[in-house]
Amino acid sequence: MKITTFFGAVAAATMTAGFASAGTLDDVKAKGFLQCGVSTGLTGFSAADANGNWDGFDVAVCRAVAAAVLGDPQAVKFTPTTGKTRFTALASGEIDILARNTTWTFSRDVDLKFTFVGVNYYDGQGFIAPKELGVSSAKDLDGATVCIQTGTTTELNLADFFRTNNISYEPVPIETNAEALQQYLAGACDTYTTDASGLAASRATFENPEDHALLPEIISKEPLGPLVRHGDDQWADIVRWSLNALIAAEELGVTSANVKESAMQAGNNPEINRLLGTEGNLGEQLGLSADFAKNAIAAGGNYGEIFAKNIGESTPIGLARGLNAQWTDGGLIYSPPFR
Amino acid sequence: MSDTHAQTVAYVRDTMLPEQAPPTTAAGPVRWMRDNLFSSVLNTVLTLLSVYFLWVVLSLVLPWVWYGSWTASSLKECREVVADLGLAHGAACWSVIAERYLQLIYGFYPAELYWRANVTFVLMLVALAPVLYPNLPRKMLWFSVLYPFLAFWLLWGGTLWTPIVAVAGFVLAYVAFEVLYRVAGSLVGVIAAILVPVIWWLLLAAPVANGLASVIPLAIEPVESAKFGGFMLSIIIGVTGIALSLPIGILLALGRQSDLMIVKAICVGFIEFIRGVPLITLLFVASTLLNYFLPPGTTFDIILRVIIMVTLFASAYMAEVVRGGLAALPTGQYEAADALGLDYWKATRLITMPQALKISIPGIVSTFIGLFKDTTLVSIIGLLDPIGLTANIRADANWNGIVWELYGFIALMFFIFCFGMSRYSMYLERKLKTGH
Repeated sequence: MKITTFFGAVAAATMTAGFASAGTLDDVKAKGFLQCGVSTGLTGFSAADANGNWDGFDVAVCRAVAAAVLGDPQAVKFTPTTGKTRFTALASGEIDILARNTTWTFSRDVDLKFTFVGVNYYDGQGFIAPKELGVSSAKDLDGATVCIQTGTTTELNLADFFRTNNISYEPVPIETNAEALQQYLAGACDTYTTDASGLAASRATFENPEDHALLPEIISKEPLGPLVRHGDDQWADIVRWSLNALIAAEELGVTSANVKESAMQAGNNPEINRLLGTEGNLGEQLGLSADFAKNAIAAGGNYGEIFAKNIGESTPIGLARGLNAQWTDGGLIYSPPFR
Repeated sequence: MSDTHAQTVAYVRDTMLPEQAPPTTAAGPVRWMRDNLFSSVLNTVLTLLSVYFLWVVLSLVLPWVWYGSWTASSLKECREVVADLGLAHGAACWSVIAERYLQLIYGFYPAELYWRANVTFVLMLVALAPVLYPNLPRKMLWFSVLYPFLAFWLLWGGTLWTPIVAVAGFVLAYVAFEVLYRVAGSLVGVIAAILVPVIWWLLLAAPVANGLASVIPLAIEPVESAKFGGFMLSIIIGVTGIALSLPIGILLALGRQSDLMIVKAICVGFIEFIRGVPLITLLFVASTLLNYFLPPGTTFDIILRVIIMVTLFASAYMAEVVRGGLAALPTGQYEAADALGLDYWKATRLITMPQALKISIPGIVSTFIGLFKDTTLVSIIGLLDPIGLTANIRADANWNGIVWELYGFIALMFFIFCFGMSRYSMYLERKLKTGH
């Protein structure tokens, strides 16, 4: 903990001293590629295949931003970051944007001096328990041993949840998700708690998934989103509106299949026209080309397509849209208007 | 007498009987087992218990290893294949190794350039051979000296002029020393030998290399550090750390015993400071803190930073191991060297250091093995060494949930390297043994 505090202090000191004048957009254009921080490996969100090509839900955000800025979704270099190195990598300028299933919290936004540009996945902390335990609610877990990853927000949420419900638990602190799953399957703990998306993905890999149940309680809000450094508002705007373009595209029915055609000439829907740059000068206002949103959408499709391809119900991870449905479908995914 | 004898005894053997094989109970495997396994009641019981234990373990592990699937394309498919076999305890999914072994060895190094990594590895063995086996021609050591520069060029690519210019710094240092030593004496010579190459590397090397490269490129395709991973990364960090930590460690050990106060203070301070912090802290310094200290935009290669930190760490431990060897020498050896009229460096080189190093071999090799295994810590700072890659491979939806096979493979590879080092050290100890 001492080290973390020390690094945080150094980070804060350096942040206030420098970076105010940094022009990330110019840097990225000069380099010719986007340096994007991702997770060292999280199923569905970021993973490299046997040939070293990165793919996943978070990776798609990086590719969309690269396409918007440089016109090429492949102009990205990925820096694998761990939970411990991610914030310093961003604060020190080693990476231009961090898209690593990072929860948007007050202290990360304010104290660590980052700008969260939006939310690309609304997650929440859940519990998994073997069915033979006979537990139907997390509130029945009085006295249970709980596997928990150390150094994450989930550890704090867990303590809060058990305290507010006035029940006791015995934590089994564990470093990585893989280790936690081994411990859970070996019976070292009665239940394992982490982000519900991760639990669902992990349960799908068990030998007997039907023997394990996700408990209904979601005990925390975990809005995950890409973030950039404080102090470069233009760059934050670019990343924010690249993400919003993907979300707006789904709402407006623009997909990777029809985006090229729609961007050829102005159509009947003025909002689509403004989004794709056939009307108005939104791209120019951002300091990008008029077709930045078109490039971002063409990179991997709109938000819904990216979701379906990487973590949706047709994938082994099989997550339902739930909170992450468009606002028109009762979810929370909502882009401010392009005008 | 003989007559009497001849008449009283009917037959006398006049040749020796041929030697007979001892009875089976007193020789061969039976005898060995009686001596070693069943020599007493307690030993018999222990032997039987051990055999039972081995049988239990092996009867579980061997079928799991042997019947494993090599061809499935995902964990799910593999489980189906294995379930069809009907084994009580399942079987391994080696298919993940079959699919990803190249990645575990080379990381994300471009596949068409694997030959460069292979050539570097083979040349490493060639460069190590004269160091490890003194029977080989001494001229091969020149290749060992030049090898690091060649390896750097082969692995990272770019223009050949970069390593050549780097070597030129050492040549310049030698020339400066030789010239000024004759003109102005040894102190000026030593100072010049340090200053000249530093000035060369910091100020002149880059423009000269760029200039030469623009005339004659001599370049091969560059590969950036982010693509390095797997065992290649472990070996690069491990071998560089091992090769550099021994000489630095020896110098530190000598410095710690020195009578010169400043030298001694610096060495003691360095050793105690580095040994006082865990390696992982140094790695965090390398990966995160240095970024803040360096001016923004400086690209100081992460692998280089890690190698420097690992080397410093191993050097401090090495210094203490060597100091242990020096302390074990009888004072008579030092006095004998003085009595022969040898100066400090000659006495160290010819008398004390060879004996001290011989005593320290087990400790030195232990430090090497520890260092090589410690390279897995770099996964915590996000470098994709084999351990770091396991997280990445599991993030692939096809292989999510696979654990034992990956770690088993990595453990086997590390065992091969560490066991090799350990056997070599035993060979060296036998070879250098002079106690009779």
